Amino acid sequence: MRRAEITTAVLLAAFSIYLMWKSAELPIGWLPEEGPGGGAFPFWLAVIMLGSCIWIIVNWFRRSSPPSQSSEPFMDNYAVKRFALVGGGVTAMIGLIHILGVFGSLPLFLIYYIRFLGRHSWATTLAIALSAPVVVFFFFDVALRIIMPKGYLEPLFLPLYDIFL
Amino acid sequence: MEILQHLFDGFLIAFQPLNIGLVVLGVIVGLFIGAMPGLGSVNGVAILVPMTFLVPPTSAIIFLAAIYYGAMYGGAISSIMLGIPGASTAVATTFDGRPLALKGLADKALVAAAVASFFGGTLSVILFTGFAPPLAAVALSFGDQEIFALMLLAFATFVGLSGDDIPKTIFSIAIGLVLSTVGFDIISGEPRLVLFEISGFLSQINFLVLAIGIYGIGEMLWTIEVSRGNSMMSKAVITVDRMLANMKEVMGTWKIATTSSLLGYFVGILPAAGATPGSLMAYGVAKMTHKNGENFGKGEVAGVVAPEAANNAASTGSMLPMLTLGIPGSPTTAILLGAMVIWGITPGPTLFIDEPELVWGLTASLYVANFFALLANIFLIPVFLWVLRMPFTILAPVIFALSIIGGYAATQRLHDVWLMLVFGVVGYLLRKLDYPLAPAVLAIVLGPIAEQKLRQSLIISDGDLTTFVTRPISGTITVIAIFLILMPVFKMIRDRLRRGTDSAA
Repeated sequence: MRRAEITTAVLLAAFSIYLMWKSAELPIGWLPEEGPGGGAFPFWLAVIMLGSCIWIIVNWFRRSSPPSQSSEPFMDNYAVKRFALVGGGVTAMIGLIHILGVFGSLPLFLIYYIRFLGRHSWATTLAIALSAPVVVFFFFDVALRIIMPKGYLEPLFLPLYDIFL
Repeated sequence: MEILQHLFDGFLIAFQPLNIGLVVLGVIVGLFIGAMPGLGSVNGVAILVPMTFLVPPTSAIIFLAAIYYGAMYGGAISSIMLGIPGASTAVATTFDGRPLALKGLADKALVAAAVASFFGGTLSVILFTGFAPPLAAVALSFGDQEIFALMLLAFATFVGLSGDDIPKTIFSIAIGLVLSTVGFDIISGEPRLVLFEISGFLSQINFLVLAIGIYGIGEMLWTIEVSRGNSMMSKAVITVDRMLANMKEVMGTWKIATTSSLLGYFVGILPAAGATPGSLMAYGVAKMTHKNGENFGKGEVAGVVAPEAANNAASTGSMLPMLTLGIPGSPTTAILLGAMVIWGITPGPTLFIDEPELVWGLTASLYVANFFALLANIFLIPVFLWVLRMPFTILAPVIFALSIIGGYAATQRLHDVWLMLVFGVVGYLLRKLDYPLAPAVLAIVLGPIAEQKLRQSLIISDGDLTTFVTRPISGTITVIAIFLILMPVFKMIRDRLRRGTDSAA
């Protein structure tokens, strides 16, 4: 936990400096006739971010915040494994949207999670995994006219568009 | 009497078939969301905002408010039956609700929670109806300085009152505000903070991307790690006779219910406080003042009534500043406020003039929502008990999928879905290190308005910062805000002085 606390604080401090530098692409001072420049608001806030990070780092050295006193691991084996399996699954689902679209990747994700992580029966798994895309299609594509990405599966949907849209 | 006329018109709107249907649906969805451990009102509202694009804004906000209400009722169900708070707002309900359930009196606790929630909700909506119009009328005269001062006050309450780590709270506010400036400069229109030169950052970061990331994806990751073991569900015996006897006993606690509702309502108005601290405070006060105070924690009905009345009252309280001032009183109302902006409605005091239908339809729907939540809560208890058995390994993937698809629907850019994942994962990791995340969500919603008001104020005053202090209203608010920000420093000095005298003695 202690190591995670300092690593995070240093990374966030670096990100704050990046934001300061990035804000400074626009004027950060006072422009005559125009008021504060466009970069001023984010620049000074990024300075505040950096300041709080330094404060967090000082607290770490003085061991005055709970995470800087804790000797427990930031994540134990169970947490790391779960995080990898679940986070990996979600990442893969979003990645697959680019290729298979929502209607390909959504059922795959549900099957992966419910069947392989949850160890539920195939009947439960397939009932949810196959009904979810149908609900999504009729709710978003048909009712709301928000067209979900289809990736390379787009041609398969052309007949459905003809009927429902 | 003008208010009653408006309220009457509001009821006509709330009783339109579409709206009444949405109230009932919202309350039931809310009860379910509140009852599921790991999901609270803020998660439900964040994930479901994209679904409301189907109906007009007034109906949409009525639906979302009903979810908010239902979730406050529902949180008690799992607190009592599983001993796990269904939402952070129901933490205090476990203290006495769980012991009651273990004694075989789960039905008494459930009835107490439902009736107390109804009492707190209704009393606070009456207060809301009386307070909101005059407050909005005063707020109409506010200039840029006053509005900026109010926002400063909202952020200051987090620093001074929330009790979280102070530098981490300040960091959370600042990063939320910085993220709200990504895209382009609101005055000159030049591209600004195009992070890592990724073209997706040429437009603003929609607040929903952050809200769903944190409250959908991040929250699920968190719950998966925390809820490792399986929990034991208590049994509830429900008969008409017992129900009536329970009702009678609950009625006897009306004094506690009244003080708790008032306390919850006023705590709820403050942005950093809200239903969670409100219910904990009400529990504390009830324990101190009740004649059986020493029995609290062992299964005292009043110990269920107090937090449940307070958390519902607080959720109404948090709507007051949202509607009248445009400053949300809780993370959930921050999301409602952001949603209004998406629907093309300008929040703030002008709402009462420009959108009376929305304001009064919403107010009236809160009365209706309370009524239906009470009915649903009592008659659907068996259904919720059955639903609570739903394994988390089915709920979690469904929530992930809803978050991703809803997040895409909100902006229709895959860039935002990836960003949502990043916010979810980073939010989860930061939460493990005690970084509070609610201030960041509030900040990204308020950011664009805060920056605009700040810059306009400075242009008017020609760069003179004293403009915030010299105007009477903004001056008072600014001074209170500065005091709140400095409060931790005072505390530090006091502690040090005390330590100094201790060591000297």
